[in-house]
Amino acid sequence: MTNEEIMTAPIRWRRYFKWNTDHKVIGVQYLVTTFIFFLIGGVLAMMMRAELAQPGKDILDGAQYNAVMTNHGSVMIFLWIIPVFAGFANYFIPLMIGAEDMAFPNLNAASYFTFLLGGLVMMGSFFLGGANTGWTAYVPLSIIAPDGQTIWAVSLILVGTSSLMGAINFMTTIVTMRAPGMTFWRLPLFVWGMIATSLLVLLATPVLTTGLILVILDRVAGTVFFDANAGGDPILYQNIFWFYSHPAVYIMILPGMGIISEIFPVFSRKSIFGYRMIALSSLAISVLGLTVWAHHMFTSGLNPGMRVPFMITSMIIAVPTGVKMFSWLATIWDGKISFTTPMIFALGFISLFVIGGITGIFLAAIPFNIHVHDTYFIVAHLHFVLFGGSVSAIYAGVYYWFPKITGRMYNETLGKIHFGMNFVGTLLTYLPMFLAGMLGMPRRVADYAPEFTELNLLATLGGILLAFSTIPFLYNVIVSLAKGELAGSNPWRGLTLEWQTSSPPPEHNFESSPLVTSGPYDYGSAEGAQELLELAPAAGD
Amino acid sequence: MGSQTSALKDHFRAGGELGINHIKLGMWFFIASEVMFFGGLIATFLNFKINSPTLEGELLDVTLVGINTFILLGSSFAVVLGLDAIRQDKPRQLAFYLGITIVLGVIFLSGQVFEFRSLAAEGLTLTSSVFGSSFFTMTSFHGLHVLIGVLWASRNFIKTLRGGYSSSTSIGIELFGIYWHFVDIVWIILFTVIYLI
Ligand SMILES: [Cu+2]
Repeated sequence: MTNEEIMTAPIRWRRYFKWNTDHKVIGVQYLVTTFIFFLIGGVLAMMMRAELAQPGKDILDGAQYNAVMTNHGSVMIFLWIIPVFAGFANYFIPLMIGAEDMAFPNLNAASYFTFLLGGLVMMGSFFLGGANTGWTAYVPLSIIAPDGQTIWAVSLILVGTSSLMGAINFMTTIVTMRAPGMTFWRLPLFVWGMIATSLLVLLATPVLTTGLILVILDRVAGTVFFDANAGGDPILYQNIFWFYSHPAVYIMILPGMGIISEIFPVFSRKSIFGYRMIALSSLAISVLGLTVWAHHMFTSGLNPGMRVPFMITSMIIAVPTGVKMFSWLATIWDGKISFTTPMIFALGFISLFVIGGITGIFLAAIPFNIHVHDTYFIVAHLHFVLFGGSVSAIYAGVYYWFPKITGRMYNETLGKIHFGMNFVGTLLTYLPMFLAGMLGMPRRVADYAPEFTELNLLATLGGILLAFSTIPFLYNVIVSLAKGELAGSNPWRGLTLEWQTSSPPPEHNFESSPLVTSGPYDYGSAEGAQELLELAPAAGD
Repeated sequence: MGSQTSALKDHFRAGGELGINHIKLGMWFFIASEVMFFGGLIATFLNFKINSPTLEGELLDVTLVGINTFILLGSSFAVVLGLDAIRQDKPRQLAFYLGITIVLGVIFLSGQVFEFRSLAAEGLTLTSSVFGSSFFTMTSFHGLHVLIGVLWASRNFIKTLRGGYSSSTSIGIELFGIYWHFVDIVWIILFTVIYLI
């Protein structure tokens, strides 16, 4: 089939609703399903912002607020950010390394359906009294919470198992299925990001499973792991939980940083600065990320002497992160920048993530940490990392690869409107929370003192802007899917392998097995330019 | 079409060049995650053992469990011999050694059930104390892994009798071997942590 035929062929919808082992189908299944969960998590967020727009209890009572808050957090983390990157990884790892599919196609399909089941179980738990402990599910609160808490824990085990299956598959695929010439030092940086992420998933997720099993046993089998009256140890839960959940932050950001590293060189028409340093810094973040968890427990009654090493390791993580930041800035420096939607989302990522990252260093400092413990400062920090950071990177990735996945271009104007609303909305929602937190407003409460009214009203207005920002996005996707301009195989003139095949790619990805002779971002080098001339016709420039 | 089939043959080219079988590699990644899962359980047990020591450990019968440990070690040895046999294309020997593995696995599980019952009779149960909770949870999850291993060995046993393995198609036995040795090693660690120190 020629490109034209593929593009004019009707989209075969049915395969997306079935057991399908094509990594591209599974990738789309992940991307679409997780986005639906993102919208659900967003509705829960808006319920909270509505409640918090004014002091006093207006819409939700305390118990309902707690359940909404808990499920907002767990939906966004476990059903949106973590698995949406599995969607990107599924679609693009085989394409980027020049393989025909993943190493274990059936395991891959199983991981998607396990995820879907886990997501539905979590939705179901809402109707059994709803988990109401916050996504952290600290004991003893999570032991006495309503039945929904047990179902919620089961859903997390399912989703965690799904991401484990994905990690095994990604790692095996990357090691064994690279095309000839695709050495490790020629892997695109998104693939390196997924190596670092998958290693973390393999090492950290099983520990969360252990912790959740202990909670479930305490709840249903009468064990006394966390029952202080019987000698149980609530702090043990916090150690187990954060051993997973701090690395989970990197599971949620490293793939995003990988996407950003793809976008900057392409739209600056320059080779990436510090390729090996960016790849190695991802691995460094993974390893260091396993050693910092107790910075979440500075007020939990740890031995004070134990807090200092955790403060130090937490601050050291800023170094590999800074390496990435400066490498990106050096990449776009003096480049021939084109401000496409993926590029401005990537630039937005840098400016928002840096706020989240730097406040993270504040929080690693024990005295400051104690001062703002459990206030809105924490909420603001984590949302700058996960919304300003991860979600910006996800949107950047969606726009960047939309032409590849669908074969059609999106609308630039709508994309820029989306970016503007999203960027302003993020700042308006979360900046006031830093202030409220510094002034002492506690988080996870449905009501607050009247002096915080203005700040909360601002945050709610920002939230409304964020909610509306999804409208131009969804409209853009739907309209472009139907009538967008045909993209051709390489509209951005990228050098990575996914652009060296038709859009969307044929069933086995490449008409003939690719041979790699240069690095992924070798703009300007003789070899890279040669490849571009031979394989990528000029389009949309 | 022709180029596509030849491309499919080279599917695992990089792995081939590195001399790595993708199924085995996937198995090792799975084992890594299992190590962390048991690591969580062992850390939990040790946390209680160190921070709230009790005398309940005295109830444990080291002799019985020591014998059980050797039984499990023996079964691991049998798998090694079985793999060796099929590499020399001796499926009947493989079936014999798999049979021994299954029998030893079942003896181990019976020993564990016996141990659990006698401990319960002395008042040590899943809900009696933190020691009971962490002891029974940890050993039960290991027992569950042994049970899965016995079922897997039984499936391989039947497949062997039907002529499903040869020196060139022994990957299924190798995979089972990796798993079974892992379960064995976990037990040696549990035995040390629970009964010896
Ligand atoms: Cu942390």
